[in-house]
Amino acid sequence: MSEKKEIDEISGTETTGHEWDGIKELNTPLPRWWLWIFYGTVIWAIGYMIAMPSIPLINGAYKGVLGFSSRANVVSDIEAAKAAQSEFITKIKETEVADIVADEELARFARAGGESAFKVNCSQCHGSGAQGSYGYPNLNDDEWIWGGTIDDIYNIITNGARYDANEDTLISEMPAFGADELLEPDEIKAVANYVASISGGEADSALAKNGAEIYADNCAACHGDSGEGVAVLGGPPLNNAIWLYEGGVDAITEQINQPKHGVMPAWNDKLDDVTIKQLAVYVYSLGGGQ
Amino acid sequence: MRHLSGTIILALGTLLAVLAAAFAADSLFRIHAIILALTLGIATIVMLRKVQVSGGKEVDRSGYMDEPVRIGVILTVFWGIVGFLQGVLIATQLAWPEWNIEPWFNFGRMRPLHTSAVIFAFGGTALLTTSFYVVQRTCRARLWGGDGLAWFVFWGYQLFIVMAATGYLLGITQGREYAEPEWYVDIWLTIVWVAYLVLFLGTLVKRKEKHIYVANWFYLAFIVTIAMLHVVNNLAVPVSLLGVKSYSMFSGVQDAMTQWWYGHNAVGFFLTAGFLGMMYYFMPKQANRPVYSYRLSIVHFWSLIFLYIWAGPHHLHYTALPDWTQTLGMAFSVMLWMPSWGGMINGLMTLSGAWDKIRTDPIIRMMVMAVAFYGMSTFEGPVMSIKYVNSLSHYTDWTIGHVHSGALGWVGMITFGAIYFLVPRLWGRKQLYSLRMVNWHFWLATLGIVIYAASLWVAGITQGLMWKEYDDQGFLVYSFAESVSALHPYYVLRMIAGLLYLTGALIMAWNVYKTIRGDVRSEKPMAASAMQPAE
Repeated sequence: MSEKKEIDEISGTETTGHEWDGIKELNTPLPRWWLWIFYGTVIWAIGYMIAMPSIPLINGAYKGVLGFSSRANVVSDIEAAKAAQSEFITKIKETEVADIVADEELARFARAGGESAFKVNCSQCHGSGAQGSYGYPNLNDDEWIWGGTIDDIYNIITNGARYDANEDTLISEMPAFGADELLEPDEIKAVANYVASISGGEADSALAKNGAEIYADNCAACHGDSGEGVAVLGGPPLNNAIWLYEGGVDAITEQINQPKHGVMPAWNDKLDDVTIKQLAVYVYSLGGGQ
Repeated sequence: MRHLSGTIILALGTLLAVLAAAFAADSLFRIHAIILALTLGIATIVMLRKVQVSGGKEVDRSGYMDEPVRIGVILTVFWGIVGFLQGVLIATQLAWPEWNIEPWFNFGRMRPLHTSAVIFAFGGTALLTTSFYVVQRTCRARLWGGDGLAWFVFWGYQLFIVMAATGYLLGITQGREYAEPEWYVDIWLTIVWVAYLVLFLGTLVKRKEKHIYVANWFYLAFIVTIAMLHVVNNLAVPVSLLGVKSYSMFSGVQDAMTQWWYGHNAVGFFLTAGFLGMMYYFMPKQANRPVYSYRLSIVHFWSLIFLYIWAGPHHLHYTALPDWTQTLGMAFSVMLWMPSWGGMINGLMTLSGAWDKIRTDPIIRMMVMAVAFYGMSTFEGPVMSIKYVNSLSHYTDWTIGHVHSGALGWVGMITFGAIYFLVPRLWGRKQLYSLRMVNWHFWLATLGIVIYAASLWVAGITQGLMWKEYDDQGFLVYSFAESVSALHPYYVLRMIAGLLYLTGALIMAWNVYKTIRGDVRSEKPMAASAMQPAE
């Protein structure tokens, strides 16, 4: 290799004299701005390492001049957040849920907390706007399967429905009229048409007429004489267009044959009472509370 | 008796793979061993057809060994398109979850397939290929170790890619980011990698030049450090020698730190140092100008490799990682800014005296854009490592945007530039099939990167702010799911950006294919474009 230093014509800079496969190198000094910024970051880094915990030693790490500790910061942040809410939290703890609704200032706080908790714990089934979906009740309307008073709502969040692990859970079970042969297929067809007709949907009026009596004998006890529902027994209203598992004769027939039963978990083993009260206040506020 | 020993070794390997399948401890290992047996079996048949018992022309071994480079260039293009397509697919899955097809093509398996396809298949093959080309020419020496060693390294690495990729789709993973392959694939890569190191060092030792060219320092740093990172990060105990599962030697926060020590330095030494090696050869060659500053190359090389290795903890800010480690991670990341920029300065300033080529030569334009994105993302990196910034950016799509401005912008563009440089030379063509197609590729890729980075900046900051938003009563305002649905438009944009980038790569594939065939497209020369000032 020829160690021939030469002056590059374009830049006027000397080359190093090296050459590889035609590639030469200029002997340009380090750009000043580059060097000074590099020094600057090094000096800053040294300062930062003096200020902050940085060097591991035998008995724990060097703690830094500022005494920074991210764990201590988290602890104090959480304490500060708790302290800021403590007045309302204590009040909610000591107040019956119905009285929270009556106290405007407290209810406003509880609604905000309830909304936040709802998004984390409830939106998966009931939807982020509490609009519900197939098999999961809409909480914005005025239909309440298990009752819509603030106490009813508080109770179902606490103990759940058909949630075996909770002793006080709400229980109802619609018989499988078709699968267990409690009714003949013709009777089921008739009563399905009747239910469709009282809900205001399309139905065969002749069949519906036949179904009225079958309804009175088999269904009215839980769903009410005119299909208005019986909240104490968890029997949903049937006299409107609100359906948990779709309306229409076919879907109703299916439900009478082999009913589906949803499960609402009991939240008292996951959430504290204050959060459940806040959730109840929030859900109650959504528009349909009774 | 050429190819005979190779054929015998491959046949033995096939037999071992069949035995492994027969005695496998679990069904996944059996399927994986069958895939291995099929791959090796096909390779054996291909080799067998090449065996010449006697006679035949003696191969000329006096020149450079360019056959693996030629195959490597084609495979780089192929893996690039596979990897970019994977990226578009998983971007689609994020925007429209119905595209998750269980179980083989869900996001959980497709995502490592994408990252490994672009980093290890596309990037790795590009590095291997260009390093073979560059080290021979800058040392004026044929690859050391005979043709056998080079072919072993080349095909051995491709075998690693096949085993890693099929493993992901089968659900075989050790769950370590960018190091998902299980223990037996890791051992294979270790063998191949050590052979690569020996090959590279051997070639350096027998060089006919007095000094080692800067590109080779970077390639060597890449090879040595990846060997170290790979071995330490993958230390694990297999449950059975004929089963897929293994357990890491590390646990808890030490494990997290080991993974990010590996993960960040995979970025530093695979995607930065390796591709700087590429830049240091192909940019001065294409520009036909001397490297800007020899001193800068020395200082930024040593400072880069010394500082990079410490920066990993910035991936674990505000976690169980001790504060002192987080401090060091941030301090070293900030110090890394100028050493990274040394490469950018040397790349850009090498063009001084040849600035007009940005206008006339789309390959130079591509390389300049690569270096510009390199500079942008190596500035963004230190900024994001600052804890205050990180508390907003961490776990958000900003990080993904940052990675892609480096990966698509720097790694992708510099590789495309190298491919366009290499293809006419490797196949003895006077010129590329079409420079205007290179220009199209340039603009599609650049537009893709800009849309990608911009949409994920917005997405990331949106996410970060939503997660932090408290109301005046002290309650969180948004649920996680709400932040996910807020990102939908940006995810769609990101998918479109990926599609643009993929389209550019497809144009490149066509251009490469036509150039290899020796075709030349009849088109107006680039220099006579409308941008030319009036004379």
